[in-house]
Amino acid sequence: MLDTVVVIGTDGLIYAAWLFLIALGLSLIYGVLRVLNIAHGSFYALGAYGAASLIGLYGRQDLWLYGIYLMLPLAALAVGGTVGPLVERGVLRWMYAREPVYQLLATYALFLIFEDLVKLIWGVDPIYAYAPYTLLGEVSIGAITYPAYSLLLIGTAVVVGVLVGVFIRRSRTGRVVVAMIEDPEMSTALGVDVPRMSVLAFTLGTVLAALGGAMTAPMIAVMPGIGAEVIVLAFAVVVIGGLGSLEGAAIGALLIGLLRAATVHLIPVLELFVIYLVMALVLILRPRGLWGRLEIRRL
Amino acid sequence: MRIRQGGWFIILLVILFSSLGLGPSGFSQAPAPTGAPAQLKVGIVTFLSGAAAAPFGVPSRNAAELLIEQLNAGSVPKPYDRPGIGGVPLRAVYVDEAGGAERQVAELRRLVLEEKVDFVIGYISSADCLAVAPVAEELKVLTVLFDCGTNRIFEERAYRYVFRTSAHQVIDSIGLARYLLKVRPQVRTVAGLNQNYAWGQDSWNTFREALLKLKPDVKVVSEQFPKLFAGEFSTEISALLAARPEFIHSSFWGGDLEGFTIQMMPRRLHRRSLIAFTPGEPMLPRLGRDVPPGIIVGARGPHGPFAPNTPLNQWFVRAYRDRYGIRPVYASYHMAQALLGVKAAFEKAMASREGQWPTIDQVIAAFEYLEFETPSGPIRMAIGKGHQAVEPVAYGVTGPYDPQQKEVRLTNVMTFPAECVNPPEGVKSEDWIRQGFPGARCP
Repeated sequence: MLDTVVVIGTDGLIYAAWLFLIALGLSLIYGVLRVLNIAHGSFYALGAYGAASLIGLYGRQDLWLYGIYLMLPLAALAVGGTVGPLVERGVLRWMYAREPVYQLLATYALFLIFEDLVKLIWGVDPIYAYAPYTLLGEVSIGAITYPAYSLLLIGTAVVVGVLVGVFIRRSRTGRVVVAMIEDPEMSTALGVDVPRMSVLAFTLGTVLAALGGAMTAPMIAVMPGIGAEVIVLAFAVVVIGGLGSLEGAAIGALLIGLLRAATVHLIPVLELFVIYLVMALVLILRPRGLWGRLEIRRL
Repeated sequence: MRIRQGGWFIILLVILFSSLGLGPSGFSQAPAPTGAPAQLKVGIVTFLSGAAAAPFGVPSRNAAELLIEQLNAGSVPKPYDRPGIGGVPLRAVYVDEAGGAERQVAELRRLVLEEKVDFVIGYISSADCLAVAPVAEELKVLTVLFDCGTNRIFEERAYRYVFRTSAHQVIDSIGLARYLLKVRPQVRTVAGLNQNYAWGQDSWNTFREALLKLKPDVKVVSEQFPKLFAGEFSTEISALLAARPEFIHSSFWGGDLEGFTIQMMPRRLHRRSLIAFTPGEPMLPRLGRDVPPGIIVGARGPHGPFAPNTPLNQWFVRAYRDRYGIRPVYASYHMAQALLGVKAAFEKAMASREGQWPTIDQVIAAFEYLEFETPSGPIRMAIGKGHQAVEPVAYGVTGPYDPQQKEVRLTNVMTFPAECVNPPEGVKSEDWIRQGFPGARCP
């Protein structure tokens, strides 16, 4: 019994960490820019492809074995740092004043373009980059063996969450971002450089999405279509947690992660259903999400 | 089907064939039949994008491209050495199967009404097969389903214009149940890991029913149904480790199959339980030396490493490898079966008309209950009123890496003949299993 609880807890945390990494950027971008970014899935996929390529490249050199893990954040920074500003300045800034439906269409169009771009650059054959997945060995928790990489995933999620939290609450730039989230008009009136902040926030969101992809790359066959799968999940997480909230993304991810793990272990047929059940319940009982505080203040 | 008369088509054929670099000698070997069109246009529908493109779509498209070119050049070995189909060159129009069943229905109409294709070969997804089959019937276009697995198509209704030249998924499940009882006759506990959609559920249900019929004391200890393309399977692996089944059945394919394999290896799930991947074969040339040892893989029929060592198969593998740098996988074999089946049907119909070009009705009559050679061995259109092929099915266990083949060798390979794993004509798979496989002939 205790064993089952421990295993469910561990599995839940691993899945929650992964969900948090893929959902945080989406939530942040919505919070600051009020854009529901379908292209989030593309940034995830680009991050995964970037990481797979860098891991492959690094693996072929005769370098420090564990340096391969540096390729993951490096890929995220490289992808997010270039694609983010390009997309924000090139496309999204023309969309802010328009109806949300235009933003959805524009980001969906971007998603389709990136999907083809990925195929142009990397082809349709899967790429494997699982060296980092196995390199750290295994850990036994209860009667079950886990790859140490899964714990690294949890650690990364915690560190990223704390860093983003500290950035938003403590740094001057972060506070300006919060001011923009809470009252965009007033902050503009007070002289906030909105375009600069928009690029910054969007790029940060993109880097986070790419990091989610980069951290996932070692566990999967990196291939076309992987981006589409995470959008729905990421949306579910941020809707449950409350759009635009860091704590919300964390709570949403934990809730889904733990409930899903419990379902897989106890009533596996309901696995697919449970995520959407939670989402529906939250939307009925608390339409702004569990942590939708910022939304309420905005009224 | 358009039929042109007179000398025009001969002139056209000469031009076409010489433009293909054949010259008069290739042409004189194959006098075009009277009444034949200048070319046969075939619509080829397969996944060119999305998750099914890499494991199945592209390998099948490649096989089509290669075979059509080689058939037109007359360089496929006997009995397919006559150029094109009955001397008429083939021309392919490729359509992406991505986008769902409704889109495929629209695409089929477009292929027939606008592109004016003479016949269609296509469909990997069972949902697409189920959606297009009645439309093909309504459009009266010869449509050959080449890869989709559902047994419902010809068990639920009869078709005139629709054929399937590969066996349905029931052979994978029954074959695996029989294989398991050969390699682990004492098995007591099993689990399932299948994607939560029609293919995964059908595969698992058929396997479970078949196994319980063959060995009623087997206990199912876990049934996992993760979302299709979930990618992350950490929790499912924990659940399977905790349930400790002796055997795990999985019909995973593509990225899910490869991702799951990567994720289970460090956790040694394959050391605790015997795992079988019914469509595992396409993974072998991709993962190469990293395929874990001791897992059961199938190829949905006698394809790839299970294919017979015939001149036709040797030619197919060599020509495919020369061109694409990797060996053909089972989807490539399925495509070859469809193209060669159509060719065999047309040419059989022509032979019975003393070389004259056949009507579509004559082609259909020739196709029904046809037996024809393929790289996977002889195929018989034995069930579904002669519209559904039966095939043997084979399984093997992954063994040591073979650097020459660049993939692991399979050990303990067993092939179950078609009569052992396919229900007889007129019997639904479900009933056949429930009645305890009456009439099955197994080694």
